[in-house]
Amino acid sequence: MLTTTIVVIASLGYLGLLFAIAYWADRRADQNRSVISNATIYALSLAVYCTAWTFYGSVGRAAATGIGFLPIYIGPTLIAALWGTLLLKMVRVSKSQRITSIADFIASRYGKSHLLGGLVTIIAVLGIVPYIALQLKAISRSFTILLTYPEVSMPNPADSLPLLQDTTLYVALLLAAFTILFGTRHLDASERHEGMVAAIAFESIVKLVAFLSVGIFVTYQLHDGFTDLFDKAENAGILNPLIIDGMKGYENWFALTLLSALAVMMLPRQFQVAVVENSGEQHLRRAVWLFPLYLFLINIFVIPIALAGQLTFVGENVDADTFVLTLPMAHHQGSLTLLAFLGGMSAATGMVIVETIALSTMVCNDLVMPLLLKRWKQIPPDADLSKLLLRIRRGAIILILLLGFLYFRLAGEAYALVSIGLISFSAVAQFAPAMIIGLYWRGGTRSGALAGLLSGFVIWVYTLLLPSFAKSGWLPAGLLEQGPFAIELLKPQALFGLTGLNEITHCLFWSLSFNIGAYILFSLWRTPRVDEATQASLFVDALKNQQFLGVGLWRGTAEVKELLHLAERFLGNERARHLFQAFAKRRKLTDIKQLPADAETVYFAETLLAGAIGSASARVMVSSVTTEETLGMDEVLNILDEASQIRAYSKALERKSHQLEKATRELKEANERLQELDRLKDDFMSSVTHELRTPLASIRAFSEILNDDPDIALNQRRRFLGIIVNETKRLSRLVNQVLDLAKIESGRADWNAEDVDLLEIVEEAISSTEQLFADHGTRVIRALPDHACIVTGDRDRLMQVLLNLLSNANKFVPEQTGEVTVCLISKQDRYEVSVSDNGPGIAAGELPNIFEKFRQAGSASNKPIGTGLGLPISKKIVEHLGGNIWAESTTENGAIFTFALPKKKKAA
Amino acid sequence: MTKTILIVDDEPNIVLSVEYLMKREGYQVMTASDGQVAMEVIADTRPDLLILDVMMPRKNGFEVCREIRADPALSGLPILMLSAKGREAEIKKGISLGADAYITKPFSTHDLVDKVNQLLQSRE
Repeated sequence: MLTTTIVVIASLGYLGLLFAIAYWADRRADQNRSVISNATIYALSLAVYCTAWTFYGSVGRAAATGIGFLPIYIGPTLIAALWGTLLLKMVRVSKSQRITSIADFIASRYGKSHLLGGLVTIIAVLGIVPYIALQLKAISRSFTILLTYPEVSMPNPADSLPLLQDTTLYVALLLAAFTILFGTRHLDASERHEGMVAAIAFESIVKLVAFLSVGIFVTYQLHDGFTDLFDKAENAGILNPLIIDGMKGYENWFALTLLSALAVMMLPRQFQVAVVENSGEQHLRRAVWLFPLYLFLINIFVIPIALAGQLTFVGENVDADTFVLTLPMAHHQGSLTLLAFLGGMSAATGMVIVETIALSTMVCNDLVMPLLLKRWKQIPPDADLSKLLLRIRRGAIILILLLGFLYFRLAGEAYALVSIGLISFSAVAQFAPAMIIGLYWRGGTRSGALAGLLSGFVIWVYTLLLPSFAKSGWLPAGLLEQGPFAIELLKPQALFGLTGLNEITHCLFWSLSFNIGAYILFSLWRTPRVDEATQASLFVDALKNQQFLGVGLWRGTAEVKELLHLAERFLGNERARHLFQAFAKRRKLTDIKQLPADAETVYFAETLLAGAIGSASARVMVSSVTTEETLGMDEVLNILDEASQIRAYSKALERKSHQLEKATRELKEANERLQELDRLKDDFMSSVTHELRTPLASIRAFSEILNDDPDIALNQRRRFLGIIVNETKRLSRLVNQVLDLAKIESGRADWNAEDVDLLEIVEEAISSTEQLFADHGTRVIRALPDHACIVTGDRDRLMQVLLNLLSNANKFVPEQTGEVTVCLISKQDRYEVSVSDNGPGIAAGELPNIFEKFRQAGSASNKPIGTGLGLPISKKIVEHLGGNIWAESTTENGAIFTFALPKKKKAA
Repeated sequence: MTKTILIVDDEPNIVLSVEYLMKREGYQVMTASDGQVAMEVIADTRPDLLILDVMMPRKNGFEVCREIRADPALSGLPILMLSAKGREAEIKKGISLGADAYITKPFSTHDLVDKVNQLLQSRE
């Protein structure tokens, strides 16, 4: 049996457990051992998105509109994919500027404007208070239903009860007390609430487990699984309307998806858990998939429960919104009923707590603080304002919850409460343009944001809030049917003649159109002012690593004492001193007294204050104790430019370093080439000296012999002298050829480029070596054409090549029987001159190297007298003239040396 | 007993001058024009001293030197390297391969003769 006592004890016990969790997490946070710095807990805390409206309302919506409940979860699932950049940017900006709420965020983006923060706060409170009322209603209603266990009966309308007998009032007061304990437990007004986050994450688990348990019970206990349940539903004729009708209205699906995608980021409680309470950017990565997974899980059993409810309560007056609770009740499942009740309470309390904390921060910082600051002069300078701040917040919490209760009492069962979930979503969706566009477009200005928010808000009130009042009977129904003053075009739900959309889609279309239109038009109307441009840059470039940019944008005189005093007044003495001390330590200073009163310190103090009283108020307070020089637009732009210049410099540096690497690589390659050349040169020098030493050795040896032995025989003396003379000639030939080769290789040789007749040169070369051949007894055979063979070249150099080849041939042929054949052939585009001999030929192994320096063919016994440079020089010459030279040989038939030169081109 | 000296060089004029000098000192002289011929001559006649050029076709002086030092039957055969290769590293290489002396071309005839006499006397 579930008695009232058991239910009350279970409820209070559950709240007590929540408090214990929160207390423990707060303690851990104080000890710097945070339990919430965990990606899973972060993702679970985001599931505060699922309120009682999800827990009870999804089934209600499913029973009424079939799968029309789904877009509310598809939207967040889709937008979660963008969190890696969009939410990351919001988190980073908020951390660096210590932003405490969505109102603070928007105010801060547009130059820390009190006006904008106030407007956002008002819209949020108006939009959210009814939503809180809905949660209160859910708790008290489920409690009332539970009291009749196991009889299922719908409670009387709440407003029929006297005020003091209404459980909702006590629920509201209990939650207020609870929220105060959670949200303002600390004496300091710090912006983060680790205990609350831990409790919310826990609640997310409880509501998921409760919903899944009911779903499993309904699907597998009451029925034989999904197929069975769906078959029964189909037979009863309730399945098709749910699925088919739910699919109708594409534009509504689209609108609801967009709406919920925006809401999941713009709802104050979502901003609170996703941005303000975020304890590490890396947690976003898991939330991107874990949060959608949570939404998926909590939606699996919505349709089965809706179907089962309709099957169970045929013909009974049971509200589909209560199926999650009443189904276990009807089947006498006491513990499951209690679990479902606690799940619903988790969903409702989680929302109320976070939303109230978020709203109270906004009310305190963006509505009350500005008023307080106006009367700043009247506040005694020594008053400790941190306690005042806490009192304001606590007051705001109580006020918001009582407003929620009041709205609940007034609206009750009226239409205005039932549909409030989407109405709230539509209200906070108005923040999206100023928020999201402002994160990516520098041009957005304060007036643009104000105009956009105001026009979107007005349209929302006119097309959604007023009609809901009218439907509740608080306003004449004629307003909807005929329009104000019977002006058709102004009918709230068919504005400017737009019909055919449901009210939410209709409102979303007009409000966002006006909102975005006004935002952009007013932003374009005037260029941003200095403070707007500064903040715009900090927000838009948040991901570009500019967190210290804000520091550079302050110039003036300040006193650390004054700043510390200011911080002490809002944060309390101990905490302020502690934080200043930590800041000094970060700057490698031992004491607060050593802190310079520079831009960095002022910036630190301002963000510190911003965490407590909001950025706009913090700016005002810091200005009150410092003398700030107003920076001109030019100066601000310069500072911003500097930052971008630094980026540009670092890019340039990177480029330079790439260039350097490339240059280094090229130098290395060049160096390797040089080393190779150097080695070749060394080899050459070594060969040259060797070639010089050999004749020198002979000359010296024979000279010494001749010098030492005066009695040497005459013929021997002649022979030795002959050797000396020949070796001297060889020496000078070698020196000349080395010089010649060096000249050709270095490109310093003079070349004539004239038309020369190869035939003439060949004949001249043969005739000038005639004596040489005759001495050796060599026969020269000519195979020459009878016409001139004109090439372009250097006559003397060609002669040098021919003489070299002829004398080489003569050297190798045997004496007396030697034969040298000189051949000149005209080929298609070139002339070929070949000199063949009947000498020993060239060994196959020697052929490839025959044109290298100091390579001489032939065995030692018949080593020819030569320098080893003739062929290399010939090769250089021929190649310089555009031809080529090669050797062929068989050791039986001697060697053939051939060079080819291109024919002179015919004059064009 | 007259000592026999083998002169190995591919430059005929060098061979001629060294042969003259050695004969003038009273030694018997044999010649070879490259390393391969030299190895054959050594195997046949066992000279008492080798005057060895380095840069030669077919088998250079370093190889000849290495082969001789690797052959126990030829142990104690003095080798005098007479080479146009005059760099420090080359001289060291020759000595490390087992040459007893290394003289660079162009050479002093007196130094060559003194070195040969000294090497032959120290063997006795």
